[in-house]
Amino acid sequence: MTVGVVLVSHSADLAAAAAKLAGELAGPATAVLAAGGSEDGRFGTSIEKVEAAVSAADTGDGVAILMDVGSAVLTSKALLADLPEEAAVRLVDAPLVEGAIAAAVTASTGQDLDAVVAAAEQARGMRKL
Amino acid sequence: MNVELCRAWMVRFAELIDADAGRLTALDAAIGDGDHGVNMQRGMRAAVAALDESPPETPGRVLIATGRALVAKTGGAAGPLYGTAFRRAGKALADTESASAAELGAALVAMLGGIQELGQAAVGDKTMVDALTPAVSAFEAAAGDGLGAAVEAAARAAAEGTAGTVPLQARKGRASYLGERSIGHEDPGAASTALLLRALAEVTAAS
Repeated sequence: MTVGVVLVSHSADLAAAAAKLAGELAGPATAVLAAGGSEDGRFGTSIEKVEAAVSAADTGDGVAILMDVGSAVLTSKALLADLPEEAAVRLVDAPLVEGAIAAAVTASTGQDLDAVVAAAEQARGMRKL
Repeated sequence: MNVELCRAWMVRFAELIDADAGRLTALDAAIGDGDHGVNMQRGMRAAVAALDESPPETPGRVLIATGRALVAKTGGAAGPLYGTAFRRAGKALADTESASAAELGAALVAMLGGIQELGQAAVGDKTMVDALTPAVSAFEAAAGDGLGAAVEAAARAAAEGTAGTVPLQARKGRASYLGERSIGHEDPGAASTALLLRALAEVTAAS
């Protein structure tokens, strides 16, 4: 059981591929789930998809959500506002792919939600060159 | 405003969205991703269907049910923004059977607060806030003259606020990436917000 990771993107393909990549790097013990695209398979975001992914990713240690832009952020914020205050679900302010990898790998080491969120948010300032 | 009037407001908003869906989508195609009219149409049709399926018993519940349907079915940023707006307004009305002008004013304030909290937009960012903020001020200024006067003032202010988004440079959403190229276009979110206030004025005048 580790912290779960949910990736919210306007594109179902992008969310699924990023989840697969981060999941591969983290290993099988960590749930990295995709919530991409609208309910009817177009580009967009669906609060029902995000909610389902969060509940599937939560094995008791909490969930970190990473978003791409615009409605992905607003939809995730709206979902969080609906969850009970004690729910261990956090939004991560980080680039989607880099943040997902950092979150998933950190989660796989058994660290708690605060550590997972902090590691993912470090990806925001990570230099590549 | 009793439950029938509130329901009529939502039905009229859905009708105005239907009638203007093409215009809203065209506005959005100029500076956004070209789906605002279609999205709002889908969302409001789902909202009216939800109100028909299990008719709420208070105005607050009408707004909350509308918000829930919009969040689930609208798509785009408009879903969470309008969804939060309606749910906040509905919660502000609580169990009131018939909302006074002052109570409806407080619900509109809550609506604006919900939108700003979620979207972090300020006046001048070229968003729905530019229509709703002057509408709320105009409503409050006219509330002493009764509900009819207040909603008419709000509708006019929302329309003026929407027209006022044309010269603005967008600072939120996809349009913000366009920089100065967003200038010269009316904001689609402000335009649909103006329809919401227009619908309120129309059903109130007819009641």
